[in-house]
Amino acid sequence: MAISLVHYLGLAAILFTIGVAGIVLNHKNIIVIMMSIELILLAVTINLAAFSCQTGDLTGQVFALFVLTVAAAESAIGLAILVAFYRNRGSIAVEDINALKG
Amino acid sequence: MQADALFFWLFAGVLVVSALAVIAARNPVHSVLFLILAFVNAAGLFLLMGAEFLGMILIVVYVGAVAVLFLFVVMLLDVDFAELKQGFVRYLPFGAVIALFVAGELGYVALGWTRSPAAAAAATPAGTLANTAALGQVLYTRYFYFFQAAGMILLTAMVGAIVLTLHHKQGVRRQKAAEQIARTRAAAVELRKVPSRVGL
Repeated sequence: MAISLVHYLGLAAILFTIGVAGIVLNHKNIIVIMMSIELILLAVTINLAAFSCQTGDLTGQVFALFVLTVAAAESAIGLAILVAFYRNRGSIAVEDINALKG
Repeated sequence: MQADALFFWLFAGVLVVSALAVIAARNPVHSVLFLILAFVNAAGLFLLMGAEFLGMILIVVYVGAVAVLFLFVVMLLDVDFAELKQGFVRYLPFGAVIALFVAGELGYVALGWTRSPAAAAAATPAGTLANTAALGQVLYTRYFYFFQAAGMILLTAMVGAIVLTLHHKQGVRRQKAAEQIARTRAAAVELRKVPSRVGL
């Protein structure tokens, strides 16, 4: 069976689902939540690149590149906030992050 | 079975299994290592579908920078991760239901999409160039402002991360280069007329 676009879309859907489930299951550990977000963004990137390669339209790959950029910036800022928070509070449990009383 | 199909199933299988291991691993260090494995397999998939530049960027940016950053943070923080893992089993049914819904929706979209003629008309064809060259020709012309904006985003992230994590310890004597350079002869040297056998 030849590999078609639907295979890549299905794979990206599975990966996205795993990422969403990871956020729900590891709702106490913010580091694993961030890794789940990375998985979700990877699924999006696979989708964009698969459509781009299938239709011969380069725009998808350009935007996949921007998704990678934003993902890298997001993880850098997120981890910096995490380190600063740990230095102040000595904990990274999501339940303890309630300084804003939200 | 052709070689490309074989490699697709290999990469896809390892990718899904390692993604599951990322969210299920007891030790976050193992999670990060499985995340690296997932990224490497995704890069293989990109190579397979013909997006070589994206595959290489994935290796360089994700495996080389982001995953190592995660690894550093996980190893630096002294946190009891076993305590954070509690509630995993309790939330498993809830997570499974949500995953089922999301998978159903995404599957519905993946199987039932059509391409509008307007999108086909606006497409940027790759031409006969290699993937990297074609991407560069589009990125530096048609998407130039987006490219600049991406650079600004990275700069902001870099400055933000440094500002958030940099802190000076109090009571540590540091070299102040600006003060040293700004020293003049008048401020540093004082000439006194010392009388003989009297001293200062």
